[in-house]
Amino acid sequence: MTTHYLVLSALLFVIGGVGVLVRRNAIVVFMCVELMLNACNLAFVTFARQNGNLDGQIIAFFVMIVAAAEVVIGLAIIVTIFRTRRSASVDDVNLLKY
Amino acid sequence: MEPAKIIEHSGGVIGVSWLLIALPLLGAAVLLLGGRRTDRFGHLLGVATAVASFVVGVLVFVQLLGFDPAERRLAVPLYDFIPGLTKMGLLIDPLSISFVLLITGVGSLIHIYSIGYMAHDPNRRRFFAYLNLFVAAMLLLVLADNYVGLYVGWEGVGLASYLLIGFWQHKPAAATAAKKAFIVNRVGDFGLAIGIFTIFTAFNSVSFAGVMASEAHPSQGTLTAIGLLLLLGACGKSAQLPLQSWLLDAMEGPTPVSALIHAATMVTAGVYLVTRSGAMFFPEGSTAAIAVTIVGVATLLAGAIIGTAKDDIKKALAGSTMSQIGYMMLAAGIGPAGYAFAIAHLITHGFFKADMFLGAGSVMHAMNDEVNMRKYGGLRKVMPITFATFLVGYLAIIGFPLLSGYFTKDGIIESVMEHSATLGWLAVLGAGITGFYMSRLVFMTFFGQKRWEADAHPHESPAVMTWPLIILSVGSIFLGAFLILGNRFMTFLAPAVGRPEELPSFHPFSVAGLATLALVAAGAAFAWVKYGKAEVPVVAPRGSFLTTFARRDLYGDALNEALFMRPGQWLTRLAVFFDNRGIDGLVNGLAAGIGGTSGRLRRVQTGFVRSYALSIFVGAAILVGAWFVVGNL
Amino acid sequence: MGETITFWVLAVVSVTAALGLVFSRRAVYSALMLGTVMLSLAVLYAVQDAPFLAAVQIIVYTGAVMMLFLFVLMLVGVDSSDSLVETIRGQRFWAIVAGLAFAALLGLGVGNAVLAAPKGLEAVTAAGNVPSLAELIFTRYVFAFEVTSALLITAALGAMVLAHRERAEPKPTQKDLSRARFVEFGEHGRNPAPLPGPGTYARHNAIDMPALLPDGTVAPLSVNRVLARREAAEGTLAPEIVKALEAEALEAEERVSEEPVRHANGAGGVTGANGTNSANGTNSANGTNSANGANGANGASEAGSAEESPATGPETGKEAK
Repeated sequence: MTTHYLVLSALLFVIGGVGVLVRRNAIVVFMCVELMLNACNLAFVTFARQNGNLDGQIIAFFVMIVAAAEVVIGLAIIVTIFRTRRSASVDDVNLLKY
Repeated sequence: MEPAKIIEHSGGVIGVSWLLIALPLLGAAVLLLGGRRTDRFGHLLGVATAVASFVVGVLVFVQLLGFDPAERRLAVPLYDFIPGLTKMGLLIDPLSISFVLLITGVGSLIHIYSIGYMAHDPNRRRFFAYLNLFVAAMLLLVLADNYVGLYVGWEGVGLASYLLIGFWQHKPAAATAAKKAFIVNRVGDFGLAIGIFTIFTAFNSVSFAGVMASEAHPSQGTLTAIGLLLLLGACGKSAQLPLQSWLLDAMEGPTPVSALIHAATMVTAGVYLVTRSGAMFFPEGSTAAIAVTIVGVATLLAGAIIGTAKDDIKKALAGSTMSQIGYMMLAAGIGPAGYAFAIAHLITHGFFKADMFLGAGSVMHAMNDEVNMRKYGGLRKVMPITFATFLVGYLAIIGFPLLSGYFTKDGIIESVMEHSATLGWLAVLGAGITGFYMSRLVFMTFFGQKRWEADAHPHESPAVMTWPLIILSVGSIFLGAFLILGNRFMTFLAPAVGRPEELPSFHPFSVAGLATLALVAAGAAFAWVKYGKAEVPVVAPRGSFLTTFARRDLYGDALNEALFMRPGQWLTRLAVFFDNRGIDGLVNGLAAGIGGTSGRLRRVQTGFVRSYALSIFVGAAILVGAWFVVGNL
Repeated sequence: MGETITFWVLAVVSVTAALGLVFSRRAVYSALMLGTVMLSLAVLYAVQDAPFLAAVQIIVYTGAVMMLFLFVLMLVGVDSSDSLVETIRGQRFWAIVAGLAFAALLGLGVGNAVLAAPKGLEAVTAAGNVPSLAELIFTRYVFAFEVTSALLITAALGAMVLAHRERAEPKPTQKDLSRARFVEFGEHGRNPAPLPGPGTYARHNAIDMPALLPDGTVAPLSVNRVLARREAAEGTLAPEIVKALEAEALEAEERVSEEPVRHANGAGGVTGANGTNSANGTNSANGTNSANGANGANGASEAGSAEESPATGPETGKEAK
């Protein structure tokens, strides 16, 4: 059963990763990042049960905290950028280049 | 008889003999650092320091005479020169004191003469500063008790020579000549420097006393190498073959310079070096000594031949100087039997050649600085004192009986004849040519028709110029007899350079002596026929192949040009080409390559965060893959 | 058995939802899909003996984080659908290649790993899941836990700093606004009064019902332009409204010759309005504040004044979306 959870976790992780790469709406990109984090959490929880200790669950808990903080800051940044550039596309923010 | 041991002594005047060098050096420093402020009295200060140095020299000489002959080699320690390597000190012995008297004596006279000769030059003060600098450096050269000190003086006189040849630097010819002298001398100086390095390696000492007393016995090959390297240095400084080419051009300098530096003193430094090192590196019959004699003979003949064809009075005299120094080298090369004659001839030559150069300067002074003898003629009547003194010098140099040159040159020829008949007869031949070209010079200048330029108004020079001439001509008359008769000079010099066990006796009517006289007379007669009686064309005739050969300095310059200058230029061009195309090409190519690559790689930085994310993602995938491959997952 | 069924159902749901998240054109759908995934995962946590995490997942993620996402989505323009045409050459191809490779590698790795039977958490959660977790958090992980508090405070402060906007000039008072309104009226003849309310004869107070003038005709000022445009496209626009708008357009055309510039702005209500921006003719100062132009106070279309308008202010925003 553990293997199944892990494969599901990997699948979700990869889908999230591909989403980060192909989507241009910054908010959707953020959602994909959240998806990747959740996939990791699933793996942590699965391993916690597999190995019979709670550390995995605690790490997952901390991941959630960090993810929440990250979302707050990330969305604030998106709002700030949107306010000046009228766009939430990650491709529009490309001044820092060659 | 071997040279005497060197003993330390620092009493009396000898103790302050450093004044010899310090006085003219002080004069040079004051004149150079004082600048225009010293213009008014510069020449007087210059003369004063030279004369003061001469006085000190005489006092030192007198004190030296007070010593027992076997103890007449006194080292005067001064200070730690190069800590751990050598102490600086002066070596007062008959050899060095002879040079000191010649340098300061003749030098003082030439200083005095220069007051008149340079009277109209705006830079007279600078001229005297350089002359003083020269005197100081030359005295250091002959007085130093070690090779490094000698080398310092050696370079010092080279510098002074460079500055004085190029004194009229506004003339391109003078500037070029100065450069040429400096560069050719560099070749010799490198030889000397390497020779001194080798001496230090072989003997672990560079002082004369240290080398003489050294327990080290380097191989014969090392000794020969040192000898040849010192000879190379001597050739450069003394304008001996194959480094003779600079001397003729050096005549671009003011005439007193030609007299003092390029006739009487500096160019004899090579003879001094060979004589000073003779016992150590040029023992009788050694390869180095044979090389010295060969160089001497070759230069003696080459200088004489060049002298025959030159119309420029100073260049003719310069050829003669080369030739006479060739005699000295020849004598110095045959060992103790020749040293005394070499140095005696050096001293008498210093007098009569300085006399003649100053005489030539006097003539030029009178003829608006014209140097072409074809435009002289008949000057004996308008310049009687110059003529008389020049005549004395002329008779002395061709070896007219009972004058200085007769004794010293005959002494050289006699001693060389005993050493090697071939060299002796070549020396005799050289004497004959000397008779011809010196006669030619005198006849073209003072006899015959006037061939002056329209604006020439020759007149006798002022007293400040004629008195030195008179004093020098007196020396030219009597000095030779004084030094040679009774082997006075050989005995005097013996503590410094040694002497043969059997003192030579003077044969007035030896075969060689008579042959020399006959050849000289024949040469003089031939000159009279060609240049005294006959009309001298104002424009030089084309002449035979031999004349051209002599006029072109025996193709010495052409040879240098073909052997060194052209290949040097090719080499330079090749180096430039290699630098431009090879090195610069590599560097620039590398830079351009990196720049181009960067310019393209730059495009990777698109600014799209998703591109960066993609590279991170791909990198992570590759990492996981790599993990698999190494089997750690 | 129950776990297996749960797993397979939720696995299918969550993967589908994840794919929907990535491939849906509208961000709102993506957000809903993400919520689905999170809920599925919460259940999976619960199944795997992690009830506390399941609760936190629902409360924090589905509750807080997702709301934040939606909030920002609304803020930056909910109806701007993402173009799915890729602009960076090769990006999508390589992303999919790398994704497939990554998935294959992970799947291979996990599939090949030989795992023992799960140990289960019964031993370590003898005191119950939450007390056991709490014990760990406040003992072994107490330092990390305290640090997370600093992190959260920092994040909150950061969000405030980032979202804060300096006002360059003093805030206009009501006096300023009303003076400006009358200056506008004096110079351009714009109506200084609030937009008309539903009127005496109104039978509705819905936003799509324009106010009636005393003569029974429609007051053009009270027509919601956004709704009117949509209804016009659908062909359901009431004929009397059409008539009123045409009359107004005619009037506007007459004004063109006098005030070309002002006209362009004033007529924007009909022609140039877009969904994210205010449909109000006065070109609302607050761009993120969405349209209540039709019945917001003319010339003072601040968010606050929208509530004062007799038309149904609160509903305005909702329906406009």
